[in-house]
Amino acid sequence: MPTTPASDSDCGGCHACTPNDGTRRDFLKQGAKALGASVATIVLCDMTDLTKIAEASGATPRRPDLFTDGYDWTKHRYVYLVDIRKCIGCGSCVRACSQENNVPPAHFRTWVERYRVSRTGEAVIDSDNGGMDGFEPSMTGKDITKAFFFPKLCCHCTHTPCVQLCPVCASYRTVDGVVLVDETRCIGCGYCVQACPYGSRFIHPVTHTASKCTLCYHRITRGLTTACVQACPVEARMLGDMKQVGDKVAEIIATQRVQILQPELLTDPNCYYLGLTKEAR
Amino acid sequence: MSEHGGYLFPNDLHILWQLMIVMYPYVTGLVAGAFILSSLYHVFHRDELRPIGRLALVASLGFLLFAPFTLLLHLGHPERCYNTLVTPNLSSAMAMFGFIYAGYMTLLVAEIWLVHRQDIIMLASRSEGIKRTFYKCLALGVYDVSPESRKVDHGVLLILAGIGIPGAAFLHGYVGFIFGAVKANPWWSTPLMPIIFLCSAIVSGIAMVIILYSIGMKFSNRKIDAPCMQSLARWLWMFALISITLELLEIMTLAYEAAEEWEVIGPLLGDQLAFSFIGIQLILGAMVPIILLGIVVLMSRYLTDQIRNTLCFVASLLLLVQVFAMRWNVVIGGQIFSKSMRGFREKYTPELFDKEGIALAIAIFVLPLLFIILFNRVLPVFEQPEKQLSTGAGTPSQ
Repeated sequence: MPTTPASDSDCGGCHACTPNDGTRRDFLKQGAKALGASVATIVLCDMTDLTKIAEASGATPRRPDLFTDGYDWTKHRYVYLVDIRKCIGCGSCVRACSQENNVPPAHFRTWVERYRVSRTGEAVIDSDNGGMDGFEPSMTGKDITKAFFFPKLCCHCTHTPCVQLCPVCASYRTVDGVVLVDETRCIGCGYCVQACPYGSRFIHPVTHTASKCTLCYHRITRGLTTACVQACPVEARMLGDMKQVGDKVAEIIATQRVQILQPELLTDPNCYYLGLTKEAR
Repeated sequence: MSEHGGYLFPNDLHILWQLMIVMYPYVTGLVAGAFILSSLYHVFHRDELRPIGRLALVASLGFLLFAPFTLLLHLGHPERCYNTLVTPNLSSAMAMFGFIYAGYMTLLVAEIWLVHRQDIIMLASRSEGIKRTFYKCLALGVYDVSPESRKVDHGVLLILAGIGIPGAAFLHGYVGFIFGAVKANPWWSTPLMPIIFLCSAIVSGIAMVIILYSIGMKFSNRKIDAPCMQSLARWLWMFALISITLELLEIMTLAYEAAEEWEVIGPLLGDQLAFSFIGIQLILGAMVPIILLGIVVLMSRYLTDQIRNTLCFVASLLLLVQVFAMRWNVVIGGQIFSKSMRGFREKYTPELFDKEGIALAIAIFVLPLLFIILFNRVLPVFEQPEKQLSTGAGTPSQ
């Protein structure tokens, strides 16, 4: 509106509103068209869930270099199972994870908590150094009636808030059900860390990007199991594949009373627990 | 909490969102609040607010210019910030920042240009040399100051300001949504959050304009317009009452329901945040200014101009502190407790010279004020008497 051409009488025929006016208008029109087209492209490109597209088309993953030849991510759907009743709190899993994934000190992709619950329902919980060094016997001064170790890791939720909230699509869920972070795209805003109800994400102190359990994606796509599962001496941790016929974990999930963490949030976790009690969360 | 032994998840030891994320909603709140105040004059024709019509817009622009620095200083990789525009995640509220910011900036600049158009032409016609070229550039080649063109300007201004009101509400409502949509955090996750943020934004915007207006008049040796200040006090009082009522209602509901989250929020407010929440946000920042403004609004006829101005100034300062405390209590308070809901992190005290430190936070607050001063040297922030415009208007010759 302000560039409405004024008549010569209005401005005395100044340079500004004579022949150049048309050029400026053309320029603005072209600019507006270009801007509109760019925005429309971005919006249209992002309107659809990339994972769904990938699932439907069997598209190549974002990091094909992670895969060995012949790996087909549409033929797997990973799940994780923790049997709390078996865990002895040795911390082997935490150490293995730390070494395998070069996890920075004082940060954890997996950790083990020790629960000691008194007769009155009071819970004394600790996890010194994430349980990496095991747990020293100690007295609580309470009438403890049950105690257990509680291994934790990213739940690789199907409806995960961390992927939903990531502003730049750096957090994503693979077709085979693993939630990963593209460190080359992450801006380090920390929104996903805030959004994870399980405390399983952190900002890496060196890379300044979000970091989390990858379910040892570099291993499982080569037919290996995760470092934590391999290190567990009592089979308290198990990796399963829902798309493999006769998979042991898939069978347990299908037939036994497994539980998930914070089911009320409807994040649909893919990490299942056996032997969870009401105090544990 | 203590009965659970104060257990924190191992990754929950430190506060991740620090002072800059407190500053981010605070500064954008000032933007939205000042703009909505300006709309009361430009759209809703509250003519008594004419003296601050321009100031509110320029203040809004000033804070908008420096708002992104809060985020950039926080990001682990600020150099990748363009990713929010290149690969935005449309299901993320935070991804919308770039788009909302750019749209709002365009609208605000256009509106300010229209408001100052007559002055630009007048100054172009009166000045010489580089200054003249500068003002001619600002005029964008349009030198029409006829009554018809003013009418057109006014019409466009009305439309822009009309779009700007939902725009401002959206700009700040979405900041509230960023927090309100985090279902993992019971202190943030409430549908009321965007509304609370918006109301407190309006409070901070009006309070800031009152302070800038008072200081501006003092330094230019001009008299504060009494009906304008009275009206500002009335609006500020109303929005402060709404804002604080909403804040209290949210907490009362949480306390009354006493659901699982109250186990952590109760001790958070009563113990961890006792000083900043009860002391600053509720008593010093809310109760005191509401009483002061109540005096101004209800006992107007007994007040001299000086007393009214002083009461408004003090109340505005306190409300600015209140809104900052509210942002602090939301952002920092929401991270003091661990996601284990069974323990509190170590207390957070910002460093002085850190990337997210106090010095830079002060700079981000002060730079917009310097921008307003600079802007005033180029174009008048306070409206000139009508006669000056009519005598000075004209087209600069080549």
